[in-house]
This record gives sequence, C-alpha cells and structure tokens, in this order.
Amino acid sequence: MTDLLLRNGRIMDPANGLDGPGDILVRNGRIEAVGHGIPAPDGCLLVDVTGRWVTPGLVDLHVHLREPGEEYKETIASGTRAAAAGGFTAVAAMPNTLPPNDSAAVTRFILERARDAGNARVHPVAAITKGRAGKELSEFDDLLRAGAAAFSDDGSPVRDAGLMRIALEYARGLDALIISHAEEPALSEGGCVNEGRISTLLGLKGIPWAAEDIAVFRDVALAELTGARLHVAHVSTRGAVEIIRRAKGRGARVSAETAPHYFSLTEEAVLGFDTRAKMNPPLRTEEDRQAIIEGLTDGTLDVIATDHAPHSSLEKDVEFPLAANGIIGLETAFPLSLALVRAGRLDPADLVRLLSTTPAQILGIPGGALRPGDRADIAVFDPERPFEVTPENLFSASHNTPFLGTTLTGRAVLTLVGGRIVHNLLGTGGRTESP
Amino acid sequence: MNRLSSRHVLGIEHMTVRDVELVLDTADALKNILDRPIKKVPPLRGRSVVHLFFEPSTRTRLSFELAAKRLSADTVSVTAAASSVVKGESLLDTALNIEAMRPDIIVLRHPLSGAPHFLARHVNAPVINAGDGANEHPSQALLDLFTVRERFGRITGLRIAIIGDISHSRVAHSDIRAFDKMGAEVTVCGPGTMIPPYVDALGAKSVRSVEEALDGADVVMVLRIQKERQGGCLVPSVREYAHLYGITRDRLRLAGPDVVLMHPGPVNQGVELAPDVFNDSRSVILDQVTNGVAVRMALLSLLIISDTNREGDGT
Repeated sequence: MTDLLLRNGRIMDPANGLDGPGDILVRNGRIEAVGHGIPAPDGCLLVDVTGRWVTPGLVDLHVHLREPGEEYKETIASGTRAAAAGGFTAVAAMPNTLPPNDSAAVTRFILERARDAGNARVHPVAAITKGRAGKELSEFDDLLRAGAAAFSDDGSPVRDAGLMRIALEYARGLDALIISHAEEPALSEGGCVNEGRISTLLGLKGIPWAAEDIAVFRDVALAELTGARLHVAHVSTRGAVEIIRRAKGRGARVSAETAPHYFSLTEEAVLGFDTRAKMNPPLRTEEDRQAIIEGLTDGTLDVIATDHAPHSSLEKDVEFPLAANGIIGLETAFPLSLALVRAGRLDPADLVRLLSTTPAQILGIPGGALRPGDRADIAVFDPERPFEVTPENLFSASHNTPFLGTTLTGRAVLTLVGGRIVHNLLGTGGRTESP
Repeated sequence: MNRLSSRHVLGIEHMTVRDVELVLDTADALKNILDRPIKKVPPLRGRSVVHLFFEPSTRTRLSFELAAKRLSADTVSVTAAASSVVKGESLLDTALNIEAMRPDIIVLRHPLSGAPHFLARHVNAPVINAGDGANEHPSQALLDLFTVRERFGRITGLRIAIIGDISHSRVAHSDIRAFDKMGAEVTVCGPGTMIPPYVDALGAKSVRSVEEALDGADVVMVLRIQKERQGGCLVPSVREYAHLYGITRDRLRLAGPDVVLMHPGPVNQGVELAPDVFNDSRSVILDQVTNGVAVRMALLSLLIISDTNREGDGT
C-alpha cells in the first residue's frame, strides 16, 4: 500500500478540536501524523489538497444495500462505491433484504461481500425480529458475534409495544443498540404522502405527523422504562424532535437521526405525482423542515443519515400510490448538508460531527476522528465543486432521487479506507515524492 | 383561438377559466345534436378513442362512448378489474401497447390518484381523466358547471353547497375547484371523517351543520355515501348519516328560492337523499346525465382540434 501525504488541507476533526490548515501523513493504512509541514517520506504519494476539507470518513447510520435479494437495485459493491463517492467510509446496512438479515449466516455473507468489494466498511444492522415479522426476537448474541452492529426492523415498525419492550430489555443486557423505525401503522397504513394540504390537493391518502410522533413517544418511553439505548431513525416531524428533545433533557439514553431530504425538501416536492419524492416517512411541511434544522442546530438530532434506498424504474415508474418508498442519498448527503452551513444554520464542525463523529460513536465503531494511530478512513471534500446529479455521475446502481437533474455544490474528491484510495476525482492522484 | 391550453384533460386544477368557458360553449353548440333523430356528426370520423376503464363504471363509460360515437369516432373499450392492477400488472406496459396501436384519444378511469398523469407522461395521445382515485373527475365537474349555467345563466356569485364524503370523492374535488374557479362560492359539509384537511386549498369553506351549508344555497350537490364506509369506519351507521346529513324536503326549504338539486349518481335513496326529494322538480339529476354526453363531446372534439392544429403547426 502506497503511503500518502495530504498536504495543506483544511483539517476538520471536531473530536480533537481541529479546524485549520495542515497535513496528514498516512502510512501502512493508518494515520501517522497530523500537523504542519510534515516532510514527505520516500516513495510517498503527495496530494495537494489546498482549499479542500479533510475530514474523518463519513459514517452513514442508515443505508439499504439491497443485497442479498434485490441486486438489480443495488449491490453491496455498487452501494459501497456510491458511499465512497459521497465521502462515506462506513455504512450501517439495514436488514430488509431478501432474505432479511436475521441470522448470523446473512450477516457473515454481507460482511464477506463488503470485504470483497473493498469500497467502504459495512456494519450490518440485524433484524430485531425473525423475518422482520414482529413476532419473536432474532438471536441477538449470535448476530453480534457474527458482526451485527445494531438491531432494527427498519422498513417496518415493531407493532407490538410489549415485544419492543422485550427487545430493549434483552438488548440492554448485551449493551446492543436498538434502532427504531417509528411509525404507528394504524394511522399510516395506505398512506403515501404527508397528510395535509398536498394529500388533499392530490386526492392521496395521507400519513399524519401523529403516526410518527406517537411511535417515537412510545419507543422513547420504553427506552426510559428499560434503561436501554435507543436510536430513532429518520425523524421527519416537529413533534418527534420535541419528544426527543424532552427525553434527552431527562437524561434518556436516546439518540436520533434525520435525513438530508427532511431538511432540504417539503411535501410540495410530490406535486405532479412525482414518485421520486415518495418516501416513508413522507416529506413534511415547511414548519417540520424548520424544526428538523432547529433539532440539528441544538443537538437534539445527533446524526444526519441518508436512508439511501435504491429502487429501479420497475418500482418507481408506476402509479404514485403503487410506487416504492425511498430515495438514494449517499452521493447527495454532503452537498445537501453543506447547504445548511452556507445558510448559516450549521457550523462546518457541526457538519463533521453529524456526519462522522457522532454516528461512529453511536455505532461503537472506530472512526469519526483523525488521531495518529487511527486507521486512515479519511474523506477530502471540495466544498465549491459543482455536482451535476445525473445518471452518468452517480455511482449507485439506481437513480431514484428528486435531485436528479439538479446541480448541487460540494463533492467528495478523495476517499480513503484504511489508507487505500477508494474514490478519486483529483485526476492523477497527486505525484509521488522522490528525493 | 378555439383550443384548450393543454393537450390532456387531467383535472380541473390544470384548466384555465378560458378553457372551461370554451368547453361549456362548445357543449352548448353540440347539445342540440342530442335532440335530432340522427344523432351523429362527423368531426371525429376516422379517429379512434380508447376507453380504458380499470374500475367499474356504468354511466361515465356509457356517456363517453356515446359522446365519441356521436362524433363518428371509432371506439373501443377495455375494462380491467381493479384487482389485477393492484396485483402489479403494469399500467406502463398497457399504456405502451395501446400507444403502439396509435389511438387518437385515451379516456382513462383508474382507482389510483395520479394514474392519468402517469399515462400522459408515457403516451403521445391526449388523455382524458374519467376519474382517478379520490383525486379528480373533471368531465363530471364540467357537466355540473354546464347544468348550473344552463339553469342560472351564470356561475359567478352563486352559492354552491356540497354535502357528503368530500375526502374520498373525486367529484367533490373537481367540483370545488371548478365552481371556485368560475367565481361561485363553495361550502362543504359532512361528517368530520369525510372532510379532508385543508379543504380551503381546494377552494371551499367547510361548515359543521348541514343547515348552515344549505342556508341560501343556489345549488345543492349531494354526494353518494358508499355503504361500505359505514360501521366502525367513517360513520357509525347509514341511519345516523341520513339523520344528520340526509337532504330532506324540510332541509331544502333553507336553500334559495330557485335552488337546484344535483347528484353525480348513482343515488342511495333514503340515505343522502330522501326519496321524495329525488323526484322533486328542483332536481336536475337527470339533466346532468344528458348534459354529460354534450360536455364529453365537447372535450373530445376540442382535444382533436387542438391536436390537429398542433400537427399543422409542425410542433
């Protein structure tokens, strides 16, 4: 493996209080030194990253890689390649595959495929319940030993509050993390957009905010009751932010994520029956969008995760109510989040915390920082680089995003996983220093 | 210029006031054909109209088919069970196959909101929405406007009361938009479970009591209550619905002196409408049906004219 010196970047590592110009030397897959004027060792690849942001590799707590089972939408190889292109060096892969990841065998398969692909690290999230059917618990310990990073029935809620309580209690004993897909199905079933003005204008059945708020309240209460760790996935409503804010105020062991689309778009995006903007939870109102941004600003929401959900035209180029939920997000997350920095709503350091440091901590994995000795999972961003979102420019095997056809600003130009270059838009990749 | 601003008739939402006036005026001119012994004129000769119905319909389909035949079009009807659609038979595939046979107009009835919009994105032929889910039923709203204009000589300034299941009714969605667009004042009333959020975004105000809705109304539009929606669903019973919202002769006295009573059909007599009211002289329910053919003839001929002009423009 070639050693590498990133020279004169803006080193951004909030975990170590760093934000300023500097160099990073990568040797043998690890960060050897962070500082100024680091001399380049013999045979080292010298990369001038002046004006670029050098951050710990981003960590996505919420992706769907579709393998095993739906490889025509995405594979572990293509999904992790998209991750690398977005500056992500680690992703948590949700278990709603075919078959679902509810066994050590599937977990091991995912890890093996990820190793073969070698693009980004994959941390499988295993199902809370066997078959994600909401009836009996999966074998948590067996799954943890095989490499599962957390548990979730994502895509579906655990309907039975009693079973969710048991899952949390059992997870507490293993110090495992439960990720809640918070949705009250009795209120959401059949719905395909936010319930409100747009559902009325389009004659579509809506999903009310209360379907999310009630479920978030339930799972937060159960976390407090059991003392277990809970992470709330894809928060989209003002009320859910408020419930989490209060729970944190009481000291509950609760963390939460939102996705870039919830702070970038509103329900208006589905007008014209645009299935590219169909997702669950649905895009909400401007008031919700502002509350989500407020939640990111004041720390109520800990993480920006993508909920990267690839679908092909078979699922998306259909009548709106039949269309699958979800949009891809790995490659657009950074520029969309950066827009909050440009708008003055977040500091650059917040951005790195939300996209890297905190998700790594929540998942309990290495990364999220740039300390000497750490393995070299590093992303380099050009915050000014225009990114035309076209099928040709996307690495994901699917192109289902409402941002298709738009030009965003900011893109990962170099991504290192364990010191290896997995994504490189810097052309030649710098030059080798020879004395 | 005598053409619509859009190639498709997907909803009242997309029509301009001028479009609506053009349809009503054209229907006016075509209506007398229906009273002739030989009810056929040639504007659509050599043209084909495909009626694609993914949901059971008697009157709308019959009305469209008769309209097309009276304009000398060749017509075909395809009906598919809604269940086969839900099972995942692709509308896109159906659309592309129909498109390959070069129809001149496609009339689509579909149980899912937005299906005609989807179809219109994938075919070249103009698409008429003959009812999509709970979204819109523009030809019904246009025939309602036509019927009201015929009675009152105007639409602007009239007070329209729409009573019933507003949430799940595409007729209500289109009627509210249409009457609001043409300057009438629309009030809706129904059980709380049947009034959608933000109904004002469609162009109506909502009141709680049916008496308040009827007060001074020039037009009372009564919607069909689907019996499957009673019981643990949206209303406790048909009986209670009839008691609270049913239109009776007594209640109708609250309306304006020249009130007309409308219903998109089929009527559940004794539920939303008392039987003696159905046969009341103020009811224009059967006029609506007659006018439906004229209005649909107008839509078909205007779309063909617009499309022909477009071809002539070389665009």
